[in-house]
Amino acid sequence: MSMNSADLINNAEKEWVWNETPLLKVRGLSKQFGAGCIHCKQPTSDEQEGSRCQYCGSIWACRNLSFDLYPGEILGVVGESGSGKSTLVKCLYFDEETTVGEMSISSYEDKTSNLFEKSAQQKRYIRNHVMGMVYQNPLLGLRMPISSSGNIAEKLFAADHYHVGSIRQRAADLLQKVEIPLARMDEPPKNFSGGMQQRVQISKALANNPPLLLLDEVTTGLDLSVQAKVLDLIRNIQRELRVAMIVVSHDLGVIRMLADRTMVLRQGLIVEQGLTDQILEDPRHPYTQLLVHSLL
Amino acid sequence: MAYVAVTGGQEAIEEANGLAHFYRVKDTTPSLDIESIEKQLRLLVDRVMGEGGMYAPEYAALALKQAEGDPAEAAFLLRAYRSTLPRNHYSLTVQPVDMRVIRRISSSFRDIPGGQMLGPTYDYTHRMLNFSLRQESNEDMIAFAKEYTDAAELADGSLTFKKVADLLREQGLMAKAAKGKSEEQEPFDITRQKMTIPTTRAARLQALTRGETGAMTALAYSSMRGYGVVHPTIGELRVGYAPVYIPYPYSSEGGDDCLYIGELMLTEVETINSFKQDAESGNVQFLLGYGLCFGQNELKGISMAILERSLETEGTAPAQDEEFVLTHIDSVESSGFVSHLKLPHYITFQSSLDQIRKVQVQKAQLKPEEDERDANNRAEAEQPQENIQHSRV
Amino acid sequence: MQTTEQKQNNHKRTFNTAEYNFAFLDEGSKREIRRKSLKAVAIPGYQVAFASREMPIGRGWGTGGLQLTLSLLGRQDTLKVIDQGNDDSVNAVSIRRLVEETSGILTTEETAQASIIQSRHRIPEEKLKFDQILVLQVPQPEPLRKVERREERTRIQHAEMDYSAMWLTLYESIVKWGSITLGADYPVMVHERYIMAPSPIPRWDTEKLHQSHHLTLFGAGREKKIYAIPPYTNVQPLEFEDYPFEVESFDGLSCRHCGSMDSFLDEVVDDEAGITIHQCSDTAYCRQQQERIG
Repeated sequence: MSMNSADLINNAEKEWVWNETPLLKVRGLSKQFGAGCIHCKQPTSDEQEGSRCQYCGSIWACRNLSFDLYPGEILGVVGESGSGKSTLVKCLYFDEETTVGEMSISSYEDKTSNLFEKSAQQKRYIRNHVMGMVYQNPLLGLRMPISSSGNIAEKLFAADHYHVGSIRQRAADLLQKVEIPLARMDEPPKNFSGGMQQRVQISKALANNPPLLLLDEVTTGLDLSVQAKVLDLIRNIQRELRVAMIVVSHDLGVIRMLADRTMVLRQGLIVEQGLTDQILEDPRHPYTQLLVHSLL
Repeated sequence: MAYVAVTGGQEAIEEANGLAHFYRVKDTTPSLDIESIEKQLRLLVDRVMGEGGMYAPEYAALALKQAEGDPAEAAFLLRAYRSTLPRNHYSLTVQPVDMRVIRRISSSFRDIPGGQMLGPTYDYTHRMLNFSLRQESNEDMIAFAKEYTDAAELADGSLTFKKVADLLREQGLMAKAAKGKSEEQEPFDITRQKMTIPTTRAARLQALTRGETGAMTALAYSSMRGYGVVHPTIGELRVGYAPVYIPYPYSSEGGDDCLYIGELMLTEVETINSFKQDAESGNVQFLLGYGLCFGQNELKGISMAILERSLETEGTAPAQDEEFVLTHIDSVESSGFVSHLKLPHYITFQSSLDQIRKVQVQKAQLKPEEDERDANNRAEAEQPQENIQHSRV
Repeated sequence: MQTTEQKQNNHKRTFNTAEYNFAFLDEGSKREIRRKSLKAVAIPGYQVAFASREMPIGRGWGTGGLQLTLSLLGRQDTLKVIDQGNDDSVNAVSIRRLVEETSGILTTEETAQASIIQSRHRIPEEKLKFDQILVLQVPQPEPLRKVERREERTRIQHAEMDYSAMWLTLYESIVKWGSITLGADYPVMVHERYIMAPSPIPRWDTEKLHQSHHLTLFGAGREKKIYAIPPYTNVQPLEFEDYPFEVESFDGLSCRHCGSMDSFLDEVVDDEAGITIHQCSDTAYCRQQQERIG
């Protein structure tokens, strides 16, 4: 039950070593909404078939998704609304229960066990120690009436830190990193602008130095100038902390700016994936071509 | 020294009890006899039995006499008495379709097979104080009752009627009762097990049927008025006597003998709500709301049917929140907890006093620093929000 | 003494003992409550749901404690009942009389002589022994209710040991007021597992629950929960490393009757002198101290 603020800071800046082992491995992730029927027991991987069952109306929002994420890498997930990209990150963060599939994280336990099968208590531990999540809607990630420092403290309590002085130091450091004036660290996020709320959310997600950060449409709905600032901040954090990220966006501009590699999702299927530059310069799949051209 | 007047508790309580007794009997004779209360305050007795969770008109009347007519207090007396009784049997499912009906109406149809039957109701009486009741004598009462019975034509045949909901079911307009579930099984019993949320349907219906009439009416009203989605049509409201059977206690294993133990007066309400498509069959059907309570208590029956339906729908209105509705409609619990505020609380208050004094001292010491920080905060707040400030306070 | 009292109050008596089972409740109900109490003892600090019977006293007036007491009572037991530390407080008297009338067992005001002590808001100053059981009345058994109003959610939070929200309120209190400002019913961690509401006892009494010699049972009648702290269990008030838990301070104050400087004091305003004076909240303890001084 003890915390040493020096430890926290050292952890944050620990040596990052290139590693060929993926940090995150996802295999065959599928998510169905609705009761399902005999016609839609399995998700099809046929692009010609839609994700909605014509018999019972159930939807396979994610169909058999498999991918890896390496330490320190940013993976972009792009697609129009309804493509399953938000459902994907919600499954990874256990906000949605995954229907079938496996996920392992190399920094957790034996590196290979399927995290979707863990108990609720273990999932909570993983959410608090191994992952951070930033939602499009800050209401989901922040307690609006509680102080900003308290929002960060909440994450630290979950990791057994109970020294108010050290917690406040850590909160101050994190808020400073996301450029929130320290004099406002005890103000509740409800007093803040949308851009500031998003930055507080990012600092909260980083509280326990997770190796993996999930960002779901974090700049959607923000003014363009504010968007640019938040994106800058995310890049700086990635450089400084070497945290691996999955960035979900419908906006190819955001993907272009942040992602090393990109997956294109359509109707719950990965239709194309590869280096971001390659996908943007030389899209192969007709759907990706459409997306890229509509951007231009 | 008034604050420590709680000492001398023993004598104080005895005096208070004596005084309460005195207030009940002073300046009045004759003593109300229990039968008069039971018969002449029939609707109040019904309400108390329902909220007390015990069908015993005589005891309810006794409770009302003892409680000087306070229905919450009377229901409480019944509940407390009920706690001393062992649970010996569970009855077979009471079938309101077998009810000997005294009143039966449907607002959904102009006419229903068997006919609308207004029965005893104040629905269409003008609410004017009837001053002649001041002079009503025993003889008047007897004479009226005799005259009324003599004049009444006894209905031919049976007074049991098919239910309107069953007629809708026959026409495929309402889902049939799920098969296999009609078998007799021992219900979840909220008087023997704590109800946990989300709860079973059996527990939910029990909690509603014991709920406080006023509280349920308020919540049902909120749902109809705009804080909710349920605004039904009454398919059928029936009041009457339904027979109660228990399994024959000495029958061999699996035997289906049963024993008639008497009848209950019940109010049953079935409401018709919006329709939906059944996921399995694909049929489009009306949704039923169900209310059932002891005695003639129509307001509660209807409110229960609304709340029951409301709790089956998803949404954020108070009346759709199972935990909110079921944990706050019980009269014994709500009235008990609200009135417990009358108990002395000076220990907890002392604990708060200690904290406020401590904070006052701390705040006083911090005062100069605080003022400075407030000033900084104000300056900060006046800057554009996106402005970046690296300085530390 | 009991017989004279019986005669005196015959017309006011609501109970005829012969019409009721020993100790009011039927034996089946008592058995259920004892079973649930055993479960509570086996899982310290965990709230065990029970059906909770309606009692002849108001819900919220100690029905949970009363059910525990009545289910535990044998004919050889001696009961003490206190409210706010006081044997003579109206509610204590009312509960004591109910138990006397329905069971005919002996009652006492002497803490040491009681085998069962039912209390509201206080733990006696005199240290309880291993053969005594303390029954505390609980208005709100759920310590997390302040931060989460849904029972459905708080059950999950306990199961997952998800206590961040609780700690957050303590943190916010420090940010806002400079210290943790919770008064009575100060949340405790029991056996390093469950956060528990110790009932609205003052912080002064909280430490008496830690590694105690006696069994403490908590009964919440309205909320239908029983929980327990078995003897020799760790009970830690929630505190931060740099903001330790503090009990109420009576620095420099003493009881006007017995002169005690180390008991929980009630504040009393002396109307005539217009000053605040103090006296022991635990009346039995105060009397004992006075007798000792002579």
